[in-house]
Amino acid sequence: MKDAFGAPQSLLVLGGTSEIGLATARRLIARRTRTVRLAGRPSPALERAAAELRELGADVRTVPFDALDSASHEEVLGKIFTEGDIDMVLLAFGVLGDQARDEEEPLSAVRVAQTNYTGAVSAGLVCAGALQAQGHGSLVVLSAAAGERARRADFIYGSSKAGLDVFAQGLGDALHGTGVHVMVVRPGFVRSRMTAGREEAPLATTPGAVADAIVTGLRRRSETVWVPGALRVVMSALRHVPRPLFRRLPVR
Amino acid sequence: MSVDTVSLTGWGRTSPTAALRFRPRTYEEAAAVVRGRGPRGVVARGLGRAHGDAAQNAGGSVLDMTALDRIRSVDAVAGTVVCDAGVSLRRLLATLLPLGWFLPVTPATGHVTVGGAIGSDVHGRNHRTAGSFARHVRSLELLTADGEVRTVLPGTDLFGATLGGLGLTGVVLSATLGLRPVTTSLMSVDTARAADLDGVLARLAACGDGTPYAAAWIDLLARGRSTGRGVVTRGEHVPLDALPAHARRTALTFRPGPVPSARALVPEGLLGRAPTALLNELRHRGTPAVRTRQPQRIPAFFHPLDSAPGWSRGRGRAGSVQYQFTVGHGQEETLHRIVRQLTVRRCPAFHAVLKRFGESGPGWLSFPAPGWTLSFGLPAGLPGLARLLDVLDEEVAAAGGRVCLAKDARLRPGLLAAMYPRLPEFRTLRGELDPEGAFRSDLSRRLVL
Repeated sequence: MKDAFGAPQSLLVLGGTSEIGLATARRLIARRTRTVRLAGRPSPALERAAAELRELGADVRTVPFDALDSASHEEVLGKIFTEGDIDMVLLAFGVLGDQARDEEEPLSAVRVAQTNYTGAVSAGLVCAGALQAQGHGSLVVLSAAAGERARRADFIYGSSKAGLDVFAQGLGDALHGTGVHVMVVRPGFVRSRMTAGREEAPLATTPGAVADAIVTGLRRRSETVWVPGALRVVMSALRHVPRPLFRRLPVR
Repeated sequence: MSVDTVSLTGWGRTSPTAALRFRPRTYEEAAAVVRGRGPRGVVARGLGRAHGDAAQNAGGSVLDMTALDRIRSVDAVAGTVVCDAGVSLRRLLATLLPLGWFLPVTPATGHVTVGGAIGSDVHGRNHRTAGSFARHVRSLELLTADGEVRTVLPGTDLFGATLGGLGLTGVVLSATLGLRPVTTSLMSVDTARAADLDGVLARLAACGDGTPYAAAWIDLLARGRSTGRGVVTRGEHVPLDALPAHARRTALTFRPGPVPSARALVPEGLLGRAPTALLNELRHRGTPAVRTRQPQRIPAFFHPLDSAPGWSRGRGRAGSVQYQFTVGHGQEETLHRIVRQLTVRRCPAFHAVLKRFGESGPGWLSFPAPGWTLSFGLPAGLPGLARLLDVLDEEVAAAGGRVCLAKDARLRPGLLAAMYPRLPEFRTLRGELDPEGAFRSDLSRRLVL
């Protein structure tokens, strides 16, 4: 059960090797989290992540989970929920893709869209149903500031996040009053393994900062969280820039 | 019987969860709900004054007992009353006072049900002499997991587990309570200002049995030499012969004031440090150094907050948490340390009350234990509050004290065993009485009770 400050006692991370996911898990274990389930494709990295969290004192298990295999989500995720209450689900899986290559090869673009959007729709709905049956829980969805408005430089990734963002908002509205809280987190450019080698955008942030914002958002029962906070105003302004001008803004 | 799915919180409006709420009008309806419960169990709920999550049950059933509110009989010879669990203490007082009876133990608000008073084993400002609510429960009817109703008497294990048991042994359907006779509804109140925490402790320690009701409001924002300054209030019942002849006709009137309207949300800024510090300053300075024998009507003395307007309870979007702990006599150093920590952190605490406790009662998970108790509320949105309260938990546990579970919304479960030594007995009894876990609440899940 979550305590009065929103700290969960059990956590399910979908995308168990996500840096943001692990940073969040570390902070939550320092608070009240005693049970962690890391769901992801089996790999040494997943096991390493689990071992690291185990050292912090939590009971951690890895669960084989493939975002692309929507048909399996109900069974795989359903099993996790039967073992005990899950107080918080962190939807942290996603791929950045390679815009240049994906434009040439539509199938790899489809893969990005399916991982980031379709897989999340399926997993999100399964988790939402399970949380609703529990009568409580938080579903934290990692969207991105890039989803706010399509940019030439990353519109395949951006559009998949835009879809995820709107889906999560609607899901939050649908679950209003059921005791399930949906929080959409919109980080800007995050310095991580996933963005290694890319040119950094202004208002860049780190997985740790995103994790801190998630913990604060849980306490306040926020519905949307921008990381860094200033991004809310910046993106709002950018959204209203006329298209011909927006197209000519520096590509980042 | 009405049934609806609702989102429930405690009085602090934190941790909302959804449950199916049943409102039985008879004992049979309540038994039917318990027998037909779902996989996530059922818990009873009264007037929702528990600050934390003791009276909610995510994904399960909640029995709203407030429709079971009949006062069945008053025995003027034995000085007892038999009533349903959903009767509020305020209504009980309104009925009993004109007859010359008073509740020996009443908490700071009259808006708790008899069932809630039993489940939390409430205490008042006279714990040193009158003990907690448990001492005055002559018997109670308990609806257990099998759908049967048992009569529970003092001195039995089930009584010890049920008083302070937070509704986890079963649903209290009715109780027989012992009363104390009074001849007027007036209290004679002494107030005295104390310049610091030592002053407060000294004045409280000096209270004899003559003034059974004693408590101190302390200013948790005063710093330096004034740390822990406060106002000590003591009171006793005014006997009839102390009243002038013309007042004796209306000696037992009970006029509690209007029921406050729905709470309004107040922006947190309004209750931040500066306004709270100012209010505390005014309160402390505005109290005369010593004032004796002020007459006060019972509602004003016992339940002053009940007639405060609704807005004063708004604590911002994040809600509020109440922290109440007790440490034994001899642990004044811990008390000083905790007060200093709160003061140094400039916590805008409200309703900070310090009292003395006497001997503990029969409840296994009952909170009162001999020594000092300090309780205060804080806005839940205060940055760093979670960590601060965790640190306070450790200090209290290290000093052999405990934290009040009925008000709790965030205690670290690992410290529970140290604070409540009879916890294993409680778990064993529950395991035998209720093997399927019929009675569960968010608090029982969170603290693994």
